[in-house]
Amino acid sequence: MAIADLANPSRFLTLANRSIPWLGGLTVIVFAYGIDQAMLAPDDYQQGATVKIMFLHVPSAWLGMLGWGLMTVAAFGTLVWRHPLADVAAKAAAPIGAAFTLLCLVTGSLWGRPEWGTYWVWDARLTSELVLFLLYLAVIALWRTVEDPSRAARAAAILTLVGAIDLPIIKFSVDWWNTLHQGASVFRLGGSTIYPTILMPLLVMAVAFTLLFFTLHLAAMRNEILRRRVRTLRLMQANAVS
Amino acid sequence: MDPANHMGFIVAAYAATLVIVGALIAWVMLDYRAQQRTLAELDRRGVSRRSAPAPAMEQAKEQA
Amino acid sequence: MTPLAAILVRDMRIAIRVGGGALIGVLFFVVVVTLIPFAVGPDLPLLKRIGPAILWLAALLASLLALDRLFSSDHEDGSLDLILMSRAPLELVVLAKGVAHWLTTGLPLIVAAPLVGLLLNLDAPAELTLVVTLLVGTPALTFIGLIGAAIAVTLQRGGLLLAVIVLPLTVPVLIFGVAAANAAVVGPAPFGTPFTILCALTLASLVVGPFAAAAALRQEME
Repeated sequence: MAIADLANPSRFLTLANRSIPWLGGLTVIVFAYGIDQAMLAPDDYQQGATVKIMFLHVPSAWLGMLGWGLMTVAAFGTLVWRHPLADVAAKAAAPIGAAFTLLCLVTGSLWGRPEWGTYWVWDARLTSELVLFLLYLAVIALWRTVEDPSRAARAAAILTLVGAIDLPIIKFSVDWWNTLHQGASVFRLGGSTIYPTILMPLLVMAVAFTLLFFTLHLAAMRNEILRRRVRTLRLMQANAVS
Repeated sequence: MDPANHMGFIVAAYAATLVIVGALIAWVMLDYRAQQRTLAELDRRGVSRRSAPAPAMEQAKEQA
Repeated sequence: MTPLAAILVRDMRIAIRVGGGALIGVLFFVVVVTLIPFAVGPDLPLLKRIGPAILWLAALLASLLALDRLFSSDHEDGSLDLILMSRAPLELVVLAKGVAHWLTTGLPLIVAAPLVGLLLNLDAPAELTLVVTLLVGTPALTFIGLIGAAIAVTLQRGGLLLAVIVLPLTVPVLIFGVAAANAAVVGPAPFGTPFTILCALTLASLVVGPFAAAAALRQEME
């Protein structure tokens, strides 16, 4: 099947129907292996057992950023090629990216409590992740405010692109601001290198989370296509009556 | 800091992950069912895409 | 008179006349700053320490809330359609509207800031750095806000959505603006570094803001 065929929503639906069970199954297998490895991983000599939270925290942080990256690519599809499937991809990615960013914040704060003695510190990484979360919520709010789907897609695409420009600047300024205000609680991961015994499970978990992300994204895209189909049918029905 | 206390935080983190990921999966699945049901309902009432006169129109409507 | 100058003058006239709301922004600014001591207590050393931060935050909110009607009133009376059809590049028109907006709401804030600063126990050097940072930083707030105003142009509840969209994007401006303003009050940081970055942010927003806002307007008005 050529890439161009995927651009047709109906073909995409067929492909999604076929691949979602396989992707889901693969996700479960990799997760089982990853969690097994994570449980067997040795404790960090500085942080003890709480290093196990890292296996959740780091992959969800990565997926929070991947979500915005995906939305940025889709935004080009929306604005340049006016492709409906790009709209669908962008809309489906927003809640999933937001959920993983929230997960990153929650696990980060649960990790912070035993390590730093408080649930929240204005640590540079946590802070920029919080701003990312707020931006996700803003995009979702925009999607929910504009009635017409393709107009909502274009407004959201512009916000996504502006966010993609601003996010690195936010990251940089938060880093700068953080080192200015509190150098003491800057957080280091057990020295400068990660041991292979901890790195391996982390990588497996990252792969598992990424698979989960794409499975959910594919399923959410399928839902969105169906939702648009319902909308089109309702409009047709309304037109037929009037 | 006693390890038992730490265990609580680790369990809480894994539980939070389970809740959030579970909520995502539930949302996606319930949404799928709801859309399928609505489509079936519309189909039952005789509103269907197949009633569109030409494939060209169908394409145009999908893009709308 | 070129079309851009005409738009500049027109927007400023509309803002200043009855119903324009240029001075409401300043009033909002003064009211917000006045409320802060009631919340944190009449502790003059504390107010002096957090004074620049309070003034910056109030200026951020005031300049954003005033942006609400920038494009939507033009959309309602149809002049936005005329602007879109005109031969003047939309990006430059948006730039002119942004400049007009800054002159009528941003500049009065900066004039009022030293007076309100007195209430927060700021001394002369602190007042001076504050005014300079606001002078350099508020255009960035206006031009980032333009994007939100353009996105929300056709929406019913645009005002609240505008704030939700734009406020996270202004984090860098707030950080460097307050850091530079704080240099004269507390701050381990020197004035130069954050101030230079603040200038850079303003220049970047002068470019990105009109382009993104013009793109949003074209998409919305199709």
